Amino acid sequence: MNVTGALLSPLFEPGFFSSGPVHVALVVGGVVAVVSGIVGVFTVIRGQSFAGHALADIGSAGGSAAVLVGVSTLYGYLALNVVAAAVMELIGIRRPRGRDLATGVVLGAALGLAALFLYEDTVSTSTTGATVNVLFGSIFTLPPGTTTLIALLGAVSIVAIAVLYRPLLLSSVSYDLAAARGVPVRLVGAGYLLTLALAVSLSAITIGAILSTALLIGPAAISLRVTTRTWAAVTVASGVGVFACWGGTLVAYDSSDWTGGWGWPVSFCIVAVIFVLYFAAGLVARLAPAGPGRRRSERAEPAGAQRVDAA
Amino acid sequence: MTVRTNLVTLSGASRGTDGTGDAQKAGDEVLRAEGLSVSLGGRQVLDQVSFSLRAGGFWGLIGANGAGKTTLLRVVLGLIAPTSGRVVVTGGHRSRRNPQVGYVPQKISLEPDMPLRARDLVGLGLDGHRFGLSWPSPARATLVEEMLDAVGATPFANSRVGNLSGGEQQRVMIAHALISRPKLLLLDEPLANLDIRSAAEVVQLLARIAPEQHVAILLSAHDMNPLLPVMDGVVYLADGRAASGTTEEVVRTGTLSRLYGHRVEVVRVEGRVLVVSGSEHQAHHPGDPYPAR
Amino acid sequence: MFASFMVNAWEAATIVAAVAGVVGFFTVLRGSAFAAHALPNGAFAGAAGAVLIGANTIVGLGVFSLAGAGVIAGMGRRARSDVATALTIVLMLATGDLFLSHTSEYAPEIFSLLFGQVLGVSTSKLVPTAVLAALCILAVMVLYRPLMISSVAPEVAQARGINTRMMDLAFLVVLALVTTMAVPVVGSLLTFSLLIGPPAAARSLTSRPLVAMGLAVLCALLTVWGSIAISYETNLPVGFFVGSISAFAYTVGRGWGAWQQHRRNRLLRPTTRPAAA
Repeated sequence: MNVTGALLSPLFEPGFFSSGPVHVALVVGGVVAVVSGIVGVFTVIRGQSFAGHALADIGSAGGSAAVLVGVSTLYGYLALNVVAAAVMELIGIRRPRGRDLATGVVLGAALGLAALFLYEDTVSTSTTGATVNVLFGSIFTLPPGTTTLIALLGAVSIVAIAVLYRPLLLSSVSYDLAAARGVPVRLVGAGYLLTLALAVSLSAITIGAILSTALLIGPAAISLRVTTRTWAAVTVASGVGVFACWGGTLVAYDSSDWTGGWGWPVSFCIVAVIFVLYFAAGLVARLAPAGPGRRRSERAEPAGAQRVDAA
Repeated sequence: MTVRTNLVTLSGASRGTDGTGDAQKAGDEVLRAEGLSVSLGGRQVLDQVSFSLRAGGFWGLIGANGAGKTTLLRVVLGLIAPTSGRVVVTGGHRSRRNPQVGYVPQKISLEPDMPLRARDLVGLGLDGHRFGLSWPSPARATLVEEMLDAVGATPFANSRVGNLSGGEQQRVMIAHALISRPKLLLLDEPLANLDIRSAAEVVQLLARIAPEQHVAILLSAHDMNPLLPVMDGVVYLADGRAASGTTEEVVRTGTLSRLYGHRVEVVRVEGRVLVVSGSEHQAHHPGDPYPAR
Repeated sequence: MFASFMVNAWEAATIVAAVAGVVGFFTVLRGSAFAAHALPNGAFAGAAGAVLIGANTIVGLGVFSLAGAGVIAGMGRRARSDVATALTIVLMLATGDLFLSHTSEYAPEIFSLLFGQVLGVSTSKLVPTAVLAALCILAVMVLYRPLMISSVAPEVAQARGINTRMMDLAFLVVLALVTTMAVPVVGSLLTFSLLIGPPAAARSLTSRPLVAMGLAVLCALLTVWGSIAISYETNLPVGFFVGSISAFAYTVGRGWGAWQQHRRNRLLRPTTRPAAA
């Protein structure tokens, strides 16, 4: 073994790179992380983190319905998420508080459905593993043959964001201004929600509902703390997502050797990586504020609305 | 009591000229409202509002909170359809996406994490309404640079918009609106959240920029005093009705009392104008249609 | 369905609904739907951990939900509130996954923690539930005025010397307490339906706060009683009915509000103003 190998071997336990499932997990995880990072930036700046999280849980309800019906779970996720996104858009409240309330109601109804489906599921098939699998997912138990489809749908999401890019930014700055300038704001909002539904379906089915939200919001929040320009924010978010995904997978794989026996689940490791990076980004932001602008506390008087909806 | 007329326009104002017969041509009209009425949420917000603005002028849209200023601006922008009446902007019927009209909305809440520099936000004024990504070009960069300079935003051009002060954000939004060279600029309560100094600076900026960029300005405010030095005319809204013309013509006890439908007094103190409700102890003025009780 | 073994279920559900109506009023007012979802969901992880080490699930729920409240409030100081909530729920659930990964034997208990097993409320659980309920209602009554002001007009609250950050934390702690008492009964995934649907419906019917709170309690009670009754008859999970009825209540409330708006607009048709005296 050469020097590099000797240095790296403590990190990469034997067999990591030659493991088939690991390959698939890394590729799919990478794709999902990139899509989530890009969509996540817009989710955060539009204050729609709850919708992003809700769609992951709602998708799970669709997934459990699909299991019941015997269809591929991906279609179940997609179908219910698209319906939910459409309902959220139709309810059409613009103030963040009201919008989160509407999201909550849709989520509650969907989870009620999930309760029903899972109950039917356990009754009819008497396997309770399905419950945990649908809700938490695992990157190592991907349904076979879906890698290409997921990559394709991921590409569709990215193209959608690219098309919506400018009007979405403008309407995120000011809905009225965008409308006055002729942007079809409801269409753009609906298009964005559908893209979010697609992206979250992909991530929820491959990496589970927890990681779906983690990779949607975490890398975006990290990136927005340290970047100033939109393209930079999007790029850094994707990069952080991929790093967290691969790094977390690596840690999980290694952990069974570190802790002698039971390993840590991948989800926990990825989330841990994200949190470490988030606090690191916070430190960076405080020591070196992005751009030559002054920080909020130093301004003469506050501009715009205070951030009062803390709970 | 006879029925009050809802339409109070003064001589010359509806023809786009002021009473002293200035050199502006009647055809140089940039905005005309004819009998606009709007009812929203069970309330008559605007009632037969008519006025006309000529090109290059600086007009204040004055009225108390709830008088209908924002609604009027939104009708002009095409965001609300009037119940009756119409708006004509620079020679054509108003429609959404009129590139001749620029807009600075009232409340923009820009969080500190919004990934846009001042420069980027101004650039969005050029093509933010089009789909897809924008490609940087030297021509675009020059335009943005010029506009930033015109509003005095160059010192903070590369700062995050969420980190700017209220006055600075205001300048950036003005640049954003002006970069597409509109003929009419609408500003909804731009001075509302600013301290006195910042407000004066914004007014000075607008007064300087309007002739430079050949743009007419209609700016809504609930206090007309910061605008007195620079206003060419005023559209005064009360209870959904409007009176328009020069400040001297409109801001008078008789005119405003007619507009409000009850007695108000216009008081001028040290160059400032105050509009106060008539008190019971006022002396009777001969010829006054609204004698104090 | 009113057999002796069901009495516990009715009592527990009634207590939960009463508290959910009261606290839910503020949840809706503050738009804290995400936190109301995050805390019960995340607290579930604590319950799983408690099951793991053989401790009382309520202790696990309590510790995790209070910790979650603290983390959300803490992170919310320098980040958007919904980002803080998202990251917190993710952390709590990932930790729960860590606990769950130790064993796969707990699936039925997981199901009941998630979706509620009203029929499984033992008498011994009733007492802590009632105590926590009383605590929640007491907290809301003590904090009523500062909480109202800081929820509706935060700048005014600050001008009056009310520490809005403390109010945010206080409200989250109350939510954590509601979580702890409600999750064993209604389940973590559906505790929040009760905190949102009925109070939102109540708010559509009236704008007077105490009336709205009373209506919220009433609506929550009806929701829960109906859900138990139908669940008993059909053997389907209670959570399904709670979620559906809450959504229905919300829809009815919004429809009512829209109908009122429409009627007000129609009354305005004659636009000529009457002559004044």
